[in-house]
Amino acid sequence: MDTDFARSRRRDLIVAFVLAAIAAVVPLFVKDVYVQNIMVLTLMWGALSQSWNILSGYCGQISLGHALYFGIGAYTTALLFTKFGVLPWFGMIGGGLISAVIAMGLGYPCFRLRGHYFVIATIVIAEIGLLLFHNWDWAGAALGIDIPVRGDSWLKFQFTRSKLPYFYFALALACVAWFVTWWLEDSKWGYWWRAVKDNPEAAESLGVVVFNSKMGAAAVSAFLVAVGGSFYAQFVSYIDPESVMGFQFSLLMALPAVLGGIGTLWGPLLGAVILIPVTELTRSFIGGSGRGVDLIVYGGLIIAISLARPQGLVGLFTPKRKEAAR
Amino acid sequence: MTTTPLLETRGVWQRFGGLIANSDVSISVGRGEIVGLIGPNGAGKSTLFNLIAGVLPPTQGSIVFDGEDVTALPAAVRCQRGVGRTFQVVKSFETMTVIDNVIVGALVRSTVMRDARRKAHQVLEFCGLGPRANVLASDLVPSEKRRLEVARALATEPKLLLLDEVLTGLTPVEAKTGVELVRKVRDTGVTVLMVEHVMEIVMPLVDRAIVLDLGKVLVEGKPADVVRDPKVISAYLGDRHAVGA
Repeated sequence: MDTDFARSRRRDLIVAFVLAAIAAVVPLFVKDVYVQNIMVLTLMWGALSQSWNILSGYCGQISLGHALYFGIGAYTTALLFTKFGVLPWFGMIGGGLISAVIAMGLGYPCFRLRGHYFVIATIVIAEIGLLLFHNWDWAGAALGIDIPVRGDSWLKFQFTRSKLPYFYFALALACVAWFVTWWLEDSKWGYWWRAVKDNPEAAESLGVVVFNSKMGAAAVSAFLVAVGGSFYAQFVSYIDPESVMGFQFSLLMALPAVLGGIGTLWGPLLGAVILIPVTELTRSFIGGSGRGVDLIVYGGLIIAISLARPQGLVGLFTPKRKEAAR
Repeated sequence: MTTTPLLETRGVWQRFGGLIANSDVSISVGRGEIVGLIGPNGAGKSTLFNLIAGVLPPTQGSIVFDGEDVTALPAAVRCQRGVGRTFQVVKSFETMTVIDNVIVGALVRSTVMRDARRKAHQVLEFCGLGPRANVLASDLVPSEKRRLEVARALATEPKLLLLDEVLTGLTPVEAKTGVELVRKVRDTGVTVLMVEHVMEIVMPLVDRAIVLDLGKVLVEGKPADVVRDPKVISAYLGDRHAVGA
């Protein structure tokens, strides 16, 4: 039985490695910049959703305010670079740490709330963050920050001529987010989080300090999302409050996981692979003048999934564990 | 050390607004005992259980476990100190497999996954759930869920196991295997305090019975004496029936 378990863990790792290897060679054949752009976004949203999934999927604390951490990551990197000339790599780590600390600071009052009240609190707090950045003159207020182009370099993490470096970074980010999830899944934290999600009272009776478990999940989740935000700032090289901290970013982080399978290892990536290209394609082909059509497709997809397969698409691929056991 | 009782409640009160659920309850449970906590509905058994497990602090009084005052400690810390419990209404981790449920408990003693997993498998075998290890908890039948509650609590290696109506609502056969399990648990050196409704099952099993009524300790003693006590009979059946006893 244990060997079965170890085998399935190893199988996940091998599948991930193979998929990453395949993904790594795809852009060598697909030269179209538009398609490459979609691939970058898909990987980025996959990584973000994977990070969101740690707090909301595994630990069950549904957050619709993760745009806050995304924005903080983006702003930290952009501000440090434009104001102090600090390299984006340090901004990335710094933004991650700041977000993790803020997530815990906010968790302190918010994790006393349950269910819907917690969700509402996350939305409101992210909106407050958005308003603060809107009015913060030093940080560019509503005008945002233009990240000056200083030439292509890995050191400054800027590339104007090719999207490939961004692609490989996004791929690395997705791999890291996946691997962190994989690793946490079979750690004490992974078990504590799922116990907290299923039944906090029972978890507490088994020695799980529920509050600390939630704080841990929030910190890891916020850190990774902020790194994604840093990346995004470099990728688009211009940020303003709406474009990195708007509510739609919080939703976009949640949806791939919900579509693919919330609280599962593969769900977020699977969801992103389906959702992001669909959104981008509908936006460019039937978007334009008829704005919002992409959102209709989006919404339709979510409704279809929640009706047909509420546990997420990932269930279609994995053999049911209980059947295997019998 | 070994002569001191494992658990003592000293003058414990619990009020919920105007309702007094426990008033001045002082009980003690010795090491290695199986003690039954019985009483009619609303006697305050579950409240007392929650106070001992640390779900809520008593309004007044103190709880001493293993020679230490644990009154102020939350449930998770009490579990770490050696208080394991089951819930009257089962609280399985429904989206997790049976083995994963038990691993959560085992992680209190060892955070090395390999050890926790091995321990969890041992406990499942002990509780007769070995073949069901990889089934989702939500797919278990009610009697199996009760066993899972016990297994999960045992995985935390408790010194004191609090069983809240684990034998209630089972078929006679299931109840019998349940009784055997409780005996087996005691034989491994775990002290058991159990709340139970069904007198004929509990009485042969427990070393000592404590009867609660209206939040107070009514009678305490050997099971055979307790069931004959007029006060107990009147508490359960009304005063009329107590006269002949």
